[in-house]
Amino acid sequence: MMTLKIAFRNILRNRRRSMMTLLAIAVGAVGIVLFGEFVRFVTAGLETSAVDKVGHLTVFRRGYFAFGAGNPAEFGIDDYAGVVRAIREDPVLAPRLNVVTPIVSLAGIAGNFDVDASKTFLGTGVVPSERDRLSRWDEHGVSRRRVLRESGLRDDDEARGIVGVGLARVLGLCERLRIGDCPARPAAPRATGARLDGALAGLAQADGVAVAAAKGNEPPRLDLLAATAGGAPNVVSLAVSRAEPQGVRELDDNFVAMHINLAQKLVYGRSEPKATGIVVQLRHTGDLAMARARLGALFAERHLDLELRDFAELQPFYKQAVGMFRAIFAFISLIMSVIVLFTVVNTMGMSVMERTTEIGSARAMGVRRSGIRRLFVVEGAILGAIGATIGAALAQAIATAVNHAGMTWTPPGQAAPIPLEILTAGSTGLVLRVWLALLVAATLAALIPANRGARLPVVDALRHV
Amino acid sequence: MQDETLFDSAPVVRFDRITKTYDDGGLEVEAVRGVSFAIAPRRFTMIVGPSGSGKTTLLNLIGCIDRPTAGRLEVCGQDVGALGDDDLTDFRARHVAFVFQSFNLFPVLTAYENVEYPLLLLGVSAGERRSRAAAMLDAVGLAAYGHHRPNQLSGGQKQRVAIARALVKHPALVLADEPTANLDTHTGAEIIALMRRVQDEQAVSFVFSTHDPQLMSHADETFAIRDGLLVEARS
Repeated sequence: MMTLKIAFRNILRNRRRSMMTLLAIAVGAVGIVLFGEFVRFVTAGLETSAVDKVGHLTVFRRGYFAFGAGNPAEFGIDDYAGVVRAIREDPVLAPRLNVVTPIVSLAGIAGNFDVDASKTFLGTGVVPSERDRLSRWDEHGVSRRRVLRESGLRDDDEARGIVGVGLARVLGLCERLRIGDCPARPAAPRATGARLDGALAGLAQADGVAVAAAKGNEPPRLDLLAATAGGAPNVVSLAVSRAEPQGVRELDDNFVAMHINLAQKLVYGRSEPKATGIVVQLRHTGDLAMARARLGALFAERHLDLELRDFAELQPFYKQAVGMFRAIFAFISLIMSVIVLFTVVNTMGMSVMERTTEIGSARAMGVRRSGIRRLFVVEGAILGAIGATIGAALAQAIATAVNHAGMTWTPPGQAAPIPLEILTAGSTGLVLRVWLALLVAATLAALIPANRGARLPVVDALRHV
Repeated sequence: MQDETLFDSAPVVRFDRITKTYDDGGLEVEAVRGVSFAIAPRRFTMIVGPSGSGKTTLLNLIGCIDRPTAGRLEVCGQDVGALGDDDLTDFRARHVAFVFQSFNLFPVLTAYENVEYPLLLLGVSAGERRSRAAAMLDAVGLAAYGHHRPNQLSGGQKQRVAIARALVKHPALVLADEPTANLDTHTGAEIIALMRRVQDEQAVSFVFSTHDPQLMSHADETFAIRDGLLVEARS
């Protein structure tokens, strides 16, 4: 108790120096906490943008992930409805599930004959209502400022679909879909396009699908060409409800989402419809490992030849970006800690020098070396604790101000700016870790001059002027 | 309370061919050269001599804050050369007290806390600390100044607090290095009278290093040192 009292009073003794030390520690705490909370926001944002598209886990027929894109018939999931039902009805998984929905992934060529334009596309067949639920997942609250528009797809309308903004631009749908900031399409050479589009049109007619030019209030239509499971070309007509930005340009220029039934018609024709994957979205990412293990056990129990991939495996960018931000956070934390360390070493070193005679007096009176060491270490710890507390409080105030400032930024891999936030909710653990780390850094820093003071010969210390 | 074995008539300090050398920038300086003498208990003992004669070194050795280079030194019957640093520190805490020329009070503590501090080192209970520190401050005439910090006290008052701090733990030995050097003559006389009074009351041994004639006139026993050698012992 006396040690604490003496330490406190010694801190107050040289107020200006103590204030500067506290400021350095507080600035360190602010820097680490704010950047840590920002990294949490980025990580949560990346996780959310991955999970709201591909769920937490996707079930594939074994081998699909490596080879299935070339042969969706062979690598499709038979009786996928039964698998979906089994997952949804599993007593362990059921309370943790948000969405379980089948998908069909496909690739092909999309054409718009009104403007003689065509382009390869990457498509997904979805259950519209379940896709909408999937896209509303926001466990970390990072999307609360994002306005989620309805997809425009309906469970009872198989013909509707949505495309990426880039694909809409390439296929000349900007005006019909009322896409702003869309450059005017220059006149294209006619000959090559006519030949390709003619072939597409012929196939479409052969399939009995009406290829009608979109007019008046009718949604524009695209013709989608893909190879069926048997290898024959197949064409379906898609009524484009709207264009949806995909964030990443490569995806934006190729994306088509359609009703799962339409995708199955295109890929499987008249043969048995399958799903290429089953998306499983959980309520909480924390359940991922458990859900993965449970699903694996479920498939083994039912002798289903299925495999699982999580969102990080399906979207490698997530892992890369998170890894990069964490490395930067570690680097900044290290730099800040070193600054705190040197500041406290300097402050305590000056304090030891100024109080050398006091150290000598205390030692003469019967204070052991450890008692001297303890006194200065406690002073360092108090400085660390107060500085880190001020810093943590300041960081929360700054974070609140930033979150209300309406700032935006464009994260890596994103095409458009999004609101900039510093994720304060749920960051207690981070703040406590930073607080503790700075406390330890300040305490360790004080140990160096404290040892010097403790080792002083009593006679020399008393003679010090 | 004081260990009973320390209160017999045996010398409180015994020097047996004590030598102390210092390394002064590569040059070996012999501050004390084979000195042998004993200091009787419960007396006012003066170590006198000119500046640089080695009297402060002797006082440091007696106070166990320095170690002899050669010879045997007994303080309160204990061969202090045999003690490790922590044991020697604990020995000082129990048996030895200091009154410094510059008072050396802790500036962040009040007068009362300064006096209480040695009792904390001895693990005395809070209640006993309170009563003993208050009584000691009262004994040196500073009962009303307990909550003052050292910078709010005069030189004489500071030295009174230092004396109270030295005596509060009932040490066997109080060492005072030029205790009146920073005080005016009148205050110095008051401080000497105070030390004499508490020495009588507590039967404690005082050892001074001084060349203040006013202080020397109160000596029961005097040891004169010159060039690290004992040149005169007078009772």
